[in-house]
Amino acid sequence: MPFFEAIRLALQTIRAQKLKSAFSLIGVFIGVMFLIAVVSIVEGMNRYMTDKFAGTLLGVNTFRLRQFPDVQIGETTDSMWRAWTRRPRISYVDAEAVARGIRVPVITAWESSTRATLTYGRKQAKDISLTGASDSYFDIRSFRIEQGRAFTAQEDQNGVPVVVLGHELADKLFEGQDPLGREVKVFDLSFRVIGVVEKQGNLLGLSLDKFAIAPANSPVKRWVNPPRVIDALAVKAGTQSEMREAMAQAEAIMRSRRHLRPRDPDDFALETADEVLDFWGKISRVLFLALPGLVAVSLVVGGIVIMNIMLMAVAERTREIGLRKSLGARRSDILRQFLVEATTLATVGAAVGVATGIGLASLIAAVTPLPASVAPWSIVVGVALGAGVGIAAGVYPASRAARLDPIAALRQE
Amino acid sequence: MSLAQQFRTGDTPLPDIIILTHKLARAYDMGGEVVRALRGVSLQIRRNEYVAIMGPSGSGKSTLMNLIGCLDTPTGGEYWLNGQKVSDLGDDALARIRNKEIGFVFQTFNLLPRATALHNVELPLIYAGLGAKERRAQAAQALERVGLGDRMEHRPNELSGGQRQRVAIARALVNDPSILLADEPTGNLDSATSGEIMEVFGALHRQGQTVVMVTHEHDIAAHAARVVTLRDGLVATDQRQAA
Repeated sequence: MPFFEAIRLALQTIRAQKLKSAFSLIGVFIGVMFLIAVVSIVEGMNRYMTDKFAGTLLGVNTFRLRQFPDVQIGETTDSMWRAWTRRPRISYVDAEAVARGIRVPVITAWESSTRATLTYGRKQAKDISLTGASDSYFDIRSFRIEQGRAFTAQEDQNGVPVVVLGHELADKLFEGQDPLGREVKVFDLSFRVIGVVEKQGNLLGLSLDKFAIAPANSPVKRWVNPPRVIDALAVKAGTQSEMREAMAQAEAIMRSRRHLRPRDPDDFALETADEVLDFWGKISRVLFLALPGLVAVSLVVGGIVIMNIMLMAVAERTREIGLRKSLGARRSDILRQFLVEATTLATVGAAVGVATGIGLASLIAAVTPLPASVAPWSIVVGVALGAGVGIAAGVYPASRAARLDPIAALRQE
Repeated sequence: MSLAQQFRTGDTPLPDIIILTHKLARAYDMGGEVVRALRGVSLQIRRNEYVAIMGPSGSGKSTLMNLIGCLDTPTGGEYWLNGQKVSDLGDDALARIRNKEIGFVFQTFNLLPRATALHNVELPLIYAGLGAKERRAQAAQALERVGLGDRMEHRPNELSGGQRQRVAIARALVNDPSILLADEPTGNLDSATSGEIMEVFGALHRQGQTVVMVTHEHDIAAHAARVVTLRDGLVATDQRQAA
């Protein structure tokens, strides 16, 4: 029997026994759906973490000199934490020395943040990230000013009370009014709004547009840090290798400033997006390691179900097999018929699983902040796995069917 | 029996003889006990004969039928079908012989319930490796031959018993076999319908078809031109009669 004929016959059988077929392919369906959905989510998050988290939040080719890492990775013990908080903080002079001492072309910015409440008239915006920063901070974060302008180095030096707002914050406070030139109150001091940053979207559900940035030397400095201390010095280089070089230089400068002996550990942190990405990489590796196990379990179960269904089908259709043999079907014809049927069944299950997996991934992407993008390779792997399970599960029932004695088979009631 | 060839082992049958069994034997091993269902049946059937094989149950007529139909292989003797010695062929070769040389008609029709009449008749042609278009044309022609040209798209459950058996006959004929082999073809039919089916067989015989029929009903066997009776695994009587 030609291959195409066998597939047609298999599809006919599946269509004739919709419910039974649906039950029999549920295992493969779940396995493949799971594969597609999880791979989509993990891959999507991978891309997201690289593009957005690392790029937007921390900046490309950027490192920060801090007292201790802002993003804690892995386990942070109490003693570690205590040691960290005992470290000296990054002072203005530290920052200036490092900024001056780095020999590769970089831009640097002071950066200190706190949570604050901003008010305009009767409107209030609570829990806003208020950053005191140098003028070059906008370049480091790649912020584009949508309305108005950023503050200048002059304004920073003179500590002019101006502020640049995030998109959502501006919308909330001014609701369609032009925010430029208006005064917002921060801790009872007035700041003049001079610019609004272009919309940044959100990260894992958290808005990236609820922030206010004021010059580092403006009165914000009083609220964010003790005198003459900053949270971090952000340093952005042109390339990855320049960044590494700048980091080494910054480390050397800081070690000499802190009078550390060669064997002493750093009492400051140099943080890059790499650590965050490394951490994410570990998580996604674990997910990718666990995934085959989970998929394998459901595929094995799916295979066993299909094998049972096929054994049942062989038993039920013994007469048909006898008839086909009496009409001239060879063993190989019967073998192929049942093998193709099992494979078609599993492949249909896999195809439905792929479709549902894609649907699930886009549903998750739509209703949750988790990003999801379907990897083409996962579709190929999903369908191939499904077909493979079908073949594996079909071999035994099909060979039983093929070996049936036509006389006994025809006689069966 | 004057027309029969004096056949000895090593001979080849005359071209006119379509079925030749020579001392055909079939023994079954039933858990250590050997049951000899056929003990040496020598039978010659010519082209365009209409033969009924009769006998009480246990006489070996089903065994003979299975051997003639190439569903089974003998444990002794020779079986020649259409000039070819098939008694020592392998599985796949037998499947090929069944496909090309034999048209089966069963007591219980054995139609695929979900397939249309046309598709049921197409089945042997699928295994013969014919293309879809050719299959369709030949199957339609076979259905016309048994008077079911207007029922091609009906499924078995939409057909009467007689019609179902005619679909089965069309299926048996579609490969243009050397012999039409019917096993109690009227066993599941009422007498009126039986008569109808026997007329179909009669007509096919008149068109030149060789027909071999196993039955235990004398009035059905009466339609045949020759009746072979088996008893205890041997030919008991072999008579020609006026059809």
